[in-house]
Amino acid sequence: MTQEKQPTQAPGAPRAKQEAYEDIPGTWVFDAQRARKGYHLNEFLYSLMKDANRKEFRADERAYTLKFKMTEEQREAVLQRAWNRMLELGAVSYALAKLAFTDGKSYQFMASRMTGMTEAEYVDMMLKGGRSPEGWRSKSERRGKS
Amino acid sequence: MARIIAGVGTSHTPAIGAAVDNGRTHEPYWAPLFKGYEPAKRWMAAVQPDVVIMVYNDHVNAFDFKVIPTFGLGCAEEFPIADEGWGPRPVPIVKGYPELAAHLVQSLVLDEFDMTIVNEMQVDHGLTVPLTLLCGTPPAWPCRVIPLAVNVIQYPAPTGHRCYMLGRAIRKAVQSWDEDLKVVIFGTGGMSHQIQGPRAGLVNPEFDQAFLDGLTRDPQRLVGIQPLEYLREAGAEAIELVMWLIMRGALGEKVEEIYRFYHVPASSTAVGTIILEAR
Repeated sequence: MTQEKQPTQAPGAPRAKQEAYEDIPGTWVFDAQRARKGYHLNEFLYSLMKDANRKEFRADERAYTLKFKMTEEQREAVLQRAWNRMLELGAVSYALAKLAFTDGKSYQFMASRMTGMTEAEYVDMMLKGGRSPEGWRSKSERRGKS
Repeated sequence: MARIIAGVGTSHTPAIGAAVDNGRTHEPYWAPLFKGYEPAKRWMAAVQPDVVIMVYNDHVNAFDFKVIPTFGLGCAEEFPIADEGWGPRPVPIVKGYPELAAHLVQSLVLDEFDMTIVNEMQVDHGLTVPLTLLCGTPPAWPCRVIPLAVNVIQYPAPTGHRCYMLGRAIRKAVQSWDEDLKVVIFGTGGMSHQIQGPRAGLVNPEFDQAFLDGLTRDPQRLVGIQPLEYLREAGAEAIELVMWLIMRGALGEKVEEIYRFYHVPASSTAVGTIILEAR
């Protein structure tokens, strides 16, 4: 099962008080702070809309990502296809989908990787009506379940 | 006088467009969904609107992150179909209505809704899938389309209240256009869904049905739903439902529900549609 992590922030860094939505389990809301941190990562993902860029990326993934001012942490997450880590570091799911498409994969494949299921298990869960919100509303409720 | 005669709420799941484009609508997975949209399609063909105002969101296709308009109104002659990473959908180019769009911008800004004017824009599945669902696969779209792109990608999206009030201002703006036009407004996206993180795949049919009920009977309750409630109860991407409230606000006080359909799943999404005629 995929680890749920709190957003990383240096101690003493300026910050707003914790937003209420950070209490939703298994979710990284793409808010203004995450968008700020993910800007160059998302611009890289956006660039994969162009076929020429996809080809260049496939030919040498690391070299292509070096053209973007993302952090080394973000770059490693891209190269490892660490989907949840990319979300945590500021990627937005619709931009991430461009990377999945570049790999010849679907939205459902990407979502299944994020949930720690196989694609077949994920598709089956959706066919049975999807994931119930029961037990997934808050982190405290989630802990109570596990 | 131009009139907004009706509103359509509908999901805009990209996989629905792909199913049509790849000839898979009769497969067991998809057949119930397309059957459910048949009455909506017949309604659309009978009503024959002159103009559709399409409230939708771009999914990192027309807009990257350099500029993020909260409300962007498409004022172009035409809107090409975006290549979202697997080639543009094979659907007709979308014809706009720049004269009316310019009027809407002017009226809305003076009504204190500061629209971003978009003079060149490609449109993605958020706009084309609703057209496909309601109009089928014609060689040219049967009406002109004014796109209204709403930021629901970077939190926070505009609130439900703000969206509803924008809808009311759109109604006023349309009614001050001196041309006999039938206008239908679409609110798209949703319904409950989440496509990110370990909680991906979340669906909440009770929330969705109550939302559909509220559109007909109690829009004020929906206007009060806070962003956190959408995220918590219906999934991170369910915040798209605020776009349905722009549609509802544009219909005036009284509506008649003509049709409703609800289905799970399309890919990771609960799919809903509703047709409301202004009374």
